Amino acid sequence: MTELRYNHAVNRAMADAMAADPTVVLFGEDVAGAGGVYGATRGLRDKFGPERVRDTPISEAAIVGMAVGAALSGLKPIVEISFIDFMTFAMDAVVNQAAKMRTMFGAQCSVPMVLRTQHGGGAGSGPQHSQCLEAWFAHVPGLKVVCPGDPASAYGLLRAAIDDPDPVIVVEHKGLYATRVPEPDALPILPIGKAAISRPGRDLTIVSYGGALRAVKDVANGLEAEGIEAEIVDLRSLQPWDEAAVLASLAHTHRLLIVHEAVEAFGVGAEIAARMADIGFDELDAPILRVGAPFMPSPVAKALERRYMPNHDTIMAAVRRLLA
Amino acid sequence: MGKKTETAENAAHLQRLYRMVLTIRRAEEALAELLAEGLIPGFIHLSIGQEAIAAGVMDVLAPADTITSTHRGHGHAIAKGMAFDAFFAELLGRDPGACRGRGGSMHVADVSKGMLGANGIVAAGIPIALGSALAHQVLKRDAVAVAFFGDGAMAEGLLHECLNLAALWKLPVLFVCENNRWGEFLETAHQIVFTLEKLATAYGVPHVAVDGNDVAAVAEATGRLVAQIRAGGGPMILECDTLRVGGHYEGDPQRGRDPADQEKAAARDPVTIARRFLTEDVISRIDAEVANEIAAAIAFARAAPEPGWADAAASVYAAQS
Repeated sequence: MTELRYNHAVNRAMADAMAADPTVVLFGEDVAGAGGVYGATRGLRDKFGPERVRDTPISEAAIVGMAVGAALSGLKPIVEISFIDFMTFAMDAVVNQAAKMRTMFGAQCSVPMVLRTQHGGGAGSGPQHSQCLEAWFAHVPGLKVVCPGDPASAYGLLRAAIDDPDPVIVVEHKGLYATRVPEPDALPILPIGKAAISRPGRDLTIVSYGGALRAVKDVANGLEAEGIEAEIVDLRSLQPWDEAAVLASLAHTHRLLIVHEAVEAFGVGAEIAARMADIGFDELDAPILRVGAPFMPSPVAKALERRYMPNHDTIMAAVRRLLA
Repeated sequence: MGKKTETAENAAHLQRLYRMVLTIRRAEEALAELLAEGLIPGFIHLSIGQEAIAAGVMDVLAPADTITSTHRGHGHAIAKGMAFDAFFAELLGRDPGACRGRGGSMHVADVSKGMLGANGIVAAGIPIALGSALAHQVLKRDAVAVAFFGDGAMAEGLLHECLNLAALWKLPVLFVCENNRWGEFLETAHQIVFTLEKLATAYGVPHVAVDGNDVAAVAEATGRLVAQIRAGGGPMILECDTLRVGGHYEGDPQRGRDPADQEKAAARDPVTIARRFLTEDVISRIDAEVANEIAAAIAFARAAPEPGWADAAASVYAAQS
């Protein structure tokens, strides 16, 4: 049986988009010769040539700023920033330039660029290579943020991001690149802003995204043996996020848990909880709970990192509290 | 071409250059008055004393060429062809402004004219110009991109990254440094230990210095460099020696600035220099025409409606079909 790997899905999305549209270009550190730190860009230079697929020097601020200018002048650039931690050097181009131009220039243009990057722990990569900084970007008006949690989403969301007229940050997860699923019959482009019910259930809603979905699914499987049905909402997009889907799920489970790998404080979960406490107040039979990383930099040692990341035990403990 | 035609063309060229220098000067003098009148939101950075650079560089550029500007970008916008009504309406924060009143002084942009924005962040426009140059290169356009920046941007890492990248990829980009000797409120002599010329040597990018207050000299030097860039010569640097007459922003009390420094700037006035070869008749005709154009644009801007909220709030993302 043929299978689809997450990093191959990312690769295929770019290849299909580049084949369909000659204005799509790809550049970043090690994307051409080395094929990307996680192999997601392998073979693309051979397919599309050195003009459209380029290795850059290690100059994150300049290359993301270049993407902005290229997008203003007729290209659809895809830039790979190999770790989301390195986006710190590129924040001006993302936050002050790309995000603002459409509004700031009176809607005379859009900035159709895609920033592909990856986040997440589990590999012992330490405090400067494991962070989940997606909430920073979701906080900036003008940016869109997606976080694919499986190979089909990785393909469908990236295609949508490349087609999108606005700047989109695509946050992949380093722990997912090697995951695989049976080759789907079809790989549709997935609309940005739409969540998916990855498991239906009636007893509680668990909202999650990206790498954290793995532990969430394990927990849901464990609960099934006890006769507890957890509904899993895979957000897929963080900005905009699918408020209607979360509310609809809450409206029939009446209990809400939000799980993400990012630091819990001031995170995506806080926004969802606040909105649901407002528009979903009448549906709630219990306080909204969150599980995220503690308020500390992510550690290297396996024993520490295991405890740092949301895991089966911490999620299960929250479920028990929610159902108590 | 006969000598007579050549002389006539040259005269027309000098008149065109003078007209643009003067237009920027008068427009900014008018802005200072409008600011004092309380009609301009926020603060503005004037380029008085530096107009010849915008006028001279843009005289060479074609409509398909693109530029990125700085916080001191009024002259660049005007010289690149932004409609005058739209310029003044933008500065006054009115609905028919170039950016519908959402950008203002520090973000004037007209993408359709290749003016990719003034910029509130020092050095931030430089990589945007590189990206535009990359688009010209990949899409095989016969166009160049110009990155304007001040000497105050020389200590920003971005400039260094961009010089390296532009040279590495032989991008069709002209770096134009408007060296007015000040970076915000401090002379750059107290900020920077190197010269742009030495930096250029380090990156292998040709560097040409010019009197930035002499519009004809700026246009001539730009013409040479842009021709080389169009011919595939890769990035070039034009360093324009100039002086900031006013403060960092309009109203800056300029504490600690030697008054002699300002007098020196006034003595090298680009408007006076641009008048050198023109007759009194021509000068007074152009002066009157420019004054009329500005008066009309200001009247338009004053009468223009305020922007509406709904339109502004709906502009954050492109409408999705």
